[in-house]
Amino acid sequence: MADQSKLYRETVKGLWKENPVFIQLLGLCPALAVTNSAINGVAMGGATTFVLVGSSILVSLFRNLIPKQVRITSFIITIATFVTVADLTLQALLPAIHKELGAFIALIVVNCLILGRQEAFASRNKLPYAIGDAAGMSVGFTFALVILGGIREILGSGTLFGFPLFGESFEPWVIMILPPGGFLTLGVLLIIFAQFKKSRARKALVRLEKEAA
Amino acid sequence: MGNLLWIFASAMVINNFTLAYFLGLCPFFGVSKKIDTAFRLGLANIFVMTITSVCAWFLNNYVLIHAPYLRVMTFIVVIASTVQFVEMAIKKLSPALFKALGIFLPLITTNCAILGLALFQTNRGYSFIEGISFALGAGAGLTLALVLMAGIREEAEISDLPDVIQGAAQAFLIAGILSLAFMGFAGLFSGA
Repeated sequence: MADQSKLYRETVKGLWKENPVFIQLLGLCPALAVTNSAINGVAMGGATTFVLVGSSILVSLFRNLIPKQVRITSFIITIATFVTVADLTLQALLPAIHKELGAFIALIVVNCLILGRQEAFASRNKLPYAIGDAAGMSVGFTFALVILGGIREILGSGTLFGFPLFGESFEPWVIMILPPGGFLTLGVLLIIFAQFKKSRARKALVRLEKEAA
Repeated sequence: MGNLLWIFASAMVINNFTLAYFLGLCPFFGVSKKIDTAFRLGLANIFVMTITSVCAWFLNNYVLIHAPYLRVMTFIVVIASTVQFVEMAIKKLSPALFKALGIFLPLITTNCAILGLALFQTNRGYSFIEGISFALGAGAGLTLALVLMAGIREEAEISDLPDVIQGAAQAFLIAGILSLAFMGFAGLFSGA
């Protein structure tokens, strides 16, 4: 049966170490396009989670039946089916959010993160690992979207999840909820992460040198 | 005629696919290191987008009226296979053109800009000619964005930047500034 430690490892890696948006830079189109508010980030993350976990389960179950030559096509059709389900469900249950996200729900089909996980993981691993991997990656993706959406919403409209934060006198930094804000926010976040990584590597080096001496 | 021109200009600069809608970001960041490659990728994009627009129009008017819920799936499958067929035809008919566009064609097919084009065209209910104008404009806009980006990155390559900014972060900041500049086109035609 499933090896606990491997399952744990495959699930946790998507949260930060191989975070799809911040580290692997995958699925950028939805990550930047819909994150002008935190709640949109949650909705997009939810829809992507559904599609990613659903198609990983199917692809993993049928991995031995899908011929190698047509595997990409099969993955895409599986993904497209789940996207259609998500699209119609959102339209029926949450029409306001569906309208806000617009064509980007349908565009989950071409999110390279999802196809990437099918090709690199689900089609080569047993069901429990595939679910763990998909769930981890989805949570990491949603986390990144909420962070991006939160930052842009706080700066661009002075609210978080729709609740005003700063009172009347706050002058919103409108550019942050417009397209350039998406690029700039992610760019600045990447610089901050790179700086952290660098200083941590330097500290580790100093520690090693001390131990050696 | 004025309407067609408006659709073209709007798709090219005002609502630029990459800089305003965030479509096609993978090639935008991946293949924008050299102006020459960026330009060829842009041309391949215009090409595939025009085919996509024609396909989408036929599907919308003759097939999908009976089953609208199959839209996403049909678009993907039909567009991918049509592009593959056209690719084979070009390989046979014009090896020079194939050499220029060749490696990009299969990559582009699963690009979100292509499916986005088909979906936007459907949502806005464009006619056949309007669709083609939209596709040409969107393709030209992508080419413009790619070439601008590649030009700036070629220069940035030889400038002295702190090492934490190099790579992806730098590309995002450049894209942000480009996107800011393109916002200046908003409202360009509202007076006309």
